[in-house]
Amino acid sequence: MQYFLTILTSGLLAGIMYAMVAIGFVLIYKASGVFNFAQGSMVLFAALTFVTLTEHGVPFWAAFLATVAVMVVGAVLIERLVLRPLADRSPLTLFMATLGLSYVIEGLAQLLMGTDVHQLDLGIDDLPLSFAGLQLSQFDLFASAVAIGLVVVLSVVFDRTRIGISLRAVADDTLAAQSIGIRLPVIWRIVWSVSGVVALIAGLLWGARQGVQFSLTMIVLKAMPVLIIGGFSSIAGAIVGGLLVGATESLADIYIGPLVNGAVSNWFAYILAVGFLLIRPSGLFGDRTIERV
Amino acid sequence: MTGASLPDALLSVRDVSLSFRGIHALTALSFDIKRGEICSLIGPNGAGKSSLLNLVNGVYWPDSGTIVFDGQTYRRLRAHQAAMLGIARTFQNNALFRNLSVLENVLTGLSRHGRASVASHLLQLPTARREERAFRERAEDVLGFLHIDAYRDAIVGQLPYGLQKRVELGRALVSRPAFILLDEPMAGMNDAEKAEMSRFVFDINRDLGVTVLLIEHDIGVVMNVSDHVVVLDYGRKVGDGTPAQVRDNPDVIAAYLGTRH
Repeated sequence: MQYFLTILTSGLLAGIMYAMVAIGFVLIYKASGVFNFAQGSMVLFAALTFVTLTEHGVPFWAAFLATVAVMVVGAVLIERLVLRPLADRSPLTLFMATLGLSYVIEGLAQLLMGTDVHQLDLGIDDLPLSFAGLQLSQFDLFASAVAIGLVVVLSVVFDRTRIGISLRAVADDTLAAQSIGIRLPVIWRIVWSVSGVVALIAGLLWGARQGVQFSLTMIVLKAMPVLIIGGFSSIAGAIVGGLLVGATESLADIYIGPLVNGAVSNWFAYILAVGFLLIRPSGLFGDRTIERV
Repeated sequence: MTGASLPDALLSVRDVSLSFRGIHALTALSFDIKRGEICSLIGPNGAGKSSLLNLVNGVYWPDSGTIVFDGQTYRRLRAHQAAMLGIARTFQNNALFRNLSVLENVLTGLSRHGRASVASHLLQLPTARREERAFRERAEDVLGFLHIDAYRDAIVGQLPYGLQKRVELGRALVSRPAFILLDEPMAGMNDAEKAEMSRFVFDINRDLGVTVLLIEHDIGVVMNVSDHVVVLDYGRKVGDGTPAQVRDNPDVIAAYLGTRH
């Protein structure tokens, strides 16, 4: 039982890392109906920018703020150069555009910062910690605390500020929002900026665990089942989806893995997602039909 | 057809045509709305009434012709630009933000007056907080005016239809528009609700000085509240005048009875 709980908890903690990536998708999807395939590239780009700066001797917080600034500038450029010319096009067109965007961002990262794998040390040891009889990773606990902090900040912004009200208004009815004077380009710049910051935080956590390298963009593929399970348009869904994927994955590895002589965690989430597509295609918290892509 | 617009016109529609894939929605349409009046737009289904509203607030662009608002001529107006000019509207099938509360819906109506920067809102700087407080007061005033203050925190999607219509009116009204477009604000209402809504339309016009363009099917209501009536049929203007003039116009009668001349 103790063993089961340890596996479950560490799975849940890993799931929080998936949720962090999925939240970046949800923000953009909610406000603009765009499935942003470039989210993974944004995670890579942000982490790489940060680590390059720190390797040149920039202190932690200065590097963090500088990277935030880079992501905001990126968001403004994306709005101006990609989204605005394609406004009013179909979601599929925009999806294809973000697919192209992901290559541009990755190419830019490679051009500016090279392809080396970088070590990233956030100063938190990845050591097991004994807690009420459970063996938990200190780093996982730190990552969860960061994720919880991020979600609290996001929900305060969404619930309390005028910006948040405008964002939710656009998500509900774009045309009506424009008719009362909400400027869509401004909203897009904001959500892409916020998504960029979320990408940075996710990138730092993932990068600290497995090194900052180009395979980071692959977490976009891990976020897919999380989104399908949780629903594309709900932050709560992204969190629950992430936790569910993390927990089932690690449990399946331990309990199903030996039966099939292999690591189950590589594909288990996708099987789960297919199950959801069959039974509940809009996900646990999704509220609209998903465009087929 | 074009003619010079009235000197005291707030809105002049000049020779406007609009078609969708070859279907003519509006054909060479011209009329004026005077500052301070209630103008009703009537006509059978498909006459082009909602299309005209969509042109005036920048949702559609005319194929030809211009829209003159407050002395400025516009060929292509954008929706948020129209809002900034003080043109507010409601929609035929309620376009409220269903997951937001009543107060939040009305607050969004103030978007065109927002001055504090995005960063100051995110950081909750004093300028943003002051603006937020002032906006809240204005929104509360509108809720009181429309007698919906009791539903302040209710989620709009869960309210009955009649109340939703009132919230939508509040969202349009809160920005203190110069001109308000109401697309069937009384559709689906019973007589008591219609009477109440008519009174609101009247108050908005007389007390707040807002010029109104109203689309309404209930001819009784139209004759009661309007200073001016424009009649459309198949995208063309068939009548334009006071309620009494329009009622006696043979073309209007023909359009309504379906006997084409």
